[in-house]
Amino acid sequence: MIQDSVLGPYQEIITARASDKKIRSKSQDGGIVSALLIYALEENIIDGTIVAVESNEALKVEPKVATTKKDILKAAGTKYTMCPNLALLKEATRSYGLEKIAAVGTPCQVMGLRKMQAYPMGARNVTDKIALSIGIYCMENFPYESLRTFVCDKARTAPQKVTKMNISKGKLFINHSDSKDAFAIPLKETHGYEQSGCNYCLDYVAELSDISCGSVGAKDGWSTIIKRTDNGASLVDEAINEGVLEVTDTDEGKFGLEMLKKLSTNKKKKNQKRIDKKLDMGLSIPFAHSSKKKDILENR
Amino acid sequence: MFEKLKNMVKNEEKTSNAPKSLNNGKKLKVGYIHLSGCTGDLMSLSENYDDFVDLLHAVDIVYGQTLVDNWQMPKMDIVLIEGSVCLEDEHSIKELKEAREKSKLLVALGSCAATGGFTVYAKGGQQAQPQHSSFLALQHLVNVDMAIPGCPPSPQIIKKVLLAAVNNDMDYLAPFMDFAKNEEACGCDLQKKVINQSICIGCGACAASCPTRAMTMKDGRPSFNCDRCVKCGLCYYQCTRSWWPMDQIKKELGLWEE
Repeated sequence: MIQDSVLGPYQEIITARASDKKIRSKSQDGGIVSALLIYALEENIIDGTIVAVESNEALKVEPKVATTKKDILKAAGTKYTMCPNLALLKEATRSYGLEKIAAVGTPCQVMGLRKMQAYPMGARNVTDKIALSIGIYCMENFPYESLRTFVCDKARTAPQKVTKMNISKGKLFINHSDSKDAFAIPLKETHGYEQSGCNYCLDYVAELSDISCGSVGAKDGWSTIIKRTDNGASLVDEAINEGVLEVTDTDEGKFGLEMLKKLSTNKKKKNQKRIDKKLDMGLSIPFAHSSKKKDILENR
Repeated sequence: MFEKLKNMVKNEEKTSNAPKSLNNGKKLKVGYIHLSGCTGDLMSLSENYDDFVDLLHAVDIVYGQTLVDNWQMPKMDIVLIEGSVCLEDEHSIKELKEAREKSKLLVALGSCAATGGFTVYAKGGQQAQPQHSSFLALQHLVNVDMAIPGCPPSPQIIKKVLLAAVNNDMDYLAPFMDFAKNEEACGCDLQKKVINQSICIGCGACAASCPTRAMTMKDGRPSFNCDRCVKCGLCYYQCTRSWWPMDQIKKELGLWEE
């Protein structure tokens, strides 16, 4: 186990993508989350998973319990607005009768899941049924109305015309059916539109998941995977052995892991300052002041 | 987990920088007292039946209606108290005060004991005791060492707390000592202490933990229906952003290194 305050505790970082082209075509980057979930479902490692899917209203998302390959594929692709996945945890064990649940989530959702497992006061017979936690890298998340501002006011299109959104290289790209080219908004202009809670988050790479993944640190169409727990590492290894995932060399350099570390460090430093400021004002926040931390990059 | 527990019990107490030792290496003496509650907490405790064989290597249940045939309250290492205390019932008040004197650690088990729970809605005028009208969390009358919220608390958390007490794992128990400072709870705690403090991240943990569906999610934020709230406090205590037990989580996941 490598103890790293920037990327959290982990065993190994690799670069991979789903071997199945069909999965990749529906996914955001390497299709890792979809491919791993489908594999885990088919191998009976899980019997269902909580995912984020688009609701009846374009760009609005809602959590859903997926128990088939089709359901999982429907949820493929990054969502850029909040989706309360944890809200379905109890439902998944009761209404759906699941006994081996996977939960996909942002770093904060993984934190909430793990807290619930460590202190399950209100999760009667739920936490023992959580089989897998997949975390996705996350810098910030937007309220739905912020997304509408980007789409309607900035890109001058409509939510239902948006075909894909993507953040990379410092820009938010909006693909829509009115134009061949994606509309790009520099992230400088999206700052201030994120939900306020994200400003106090010290976790970029879901440090407490079984497996974390995201596009940062990998070339286009690929994803980096952080193997953390034994449980997570063995699932990834099996998926590679079975040909579900294909692996390429991991770029340790400036556009590879260095980039991943840089973005994580930036997020932590920026938000620690905000936490300090808030604590100095006497407001309530569950994280420690930098003056009381041995390592200010730690998520505590 | 249980192997570790048994070893701990067998050995004389060794290390631990814990503030105090509960059991001195002997079996932990546990009592259970039932005040104004619905027996849900006791049901939850006894749902650990399968594990009791292991648990009973480490604890002796020395007092409790329906559990032990003993009418004299003995000295106890831990007393778990279910239910709030009724101010019109002198027996309840007497038993609570006696329990405080005779126990090292007094635990308010479940939301009625910890925060008043749904008994705070009581106004009296009901059979079989129309005069019983005022119900309070235990902290109003005695010093409470730990409070375990839940309506009822899950069997899993009760087991974890007992094991932590046996192991003198005061780090694990510390949050429950903090909870004991709160004399009341409500779903609006989330609005006041999380959303209004700008730290809500819309994860949905509150909605998942609410036992009555008073808490749901709308537009990425908790939406609270006060009429359904039983004042158990779970939405707040289970919130990702209310308090943060990083070390405990890492220990449980095997991601911890000394």
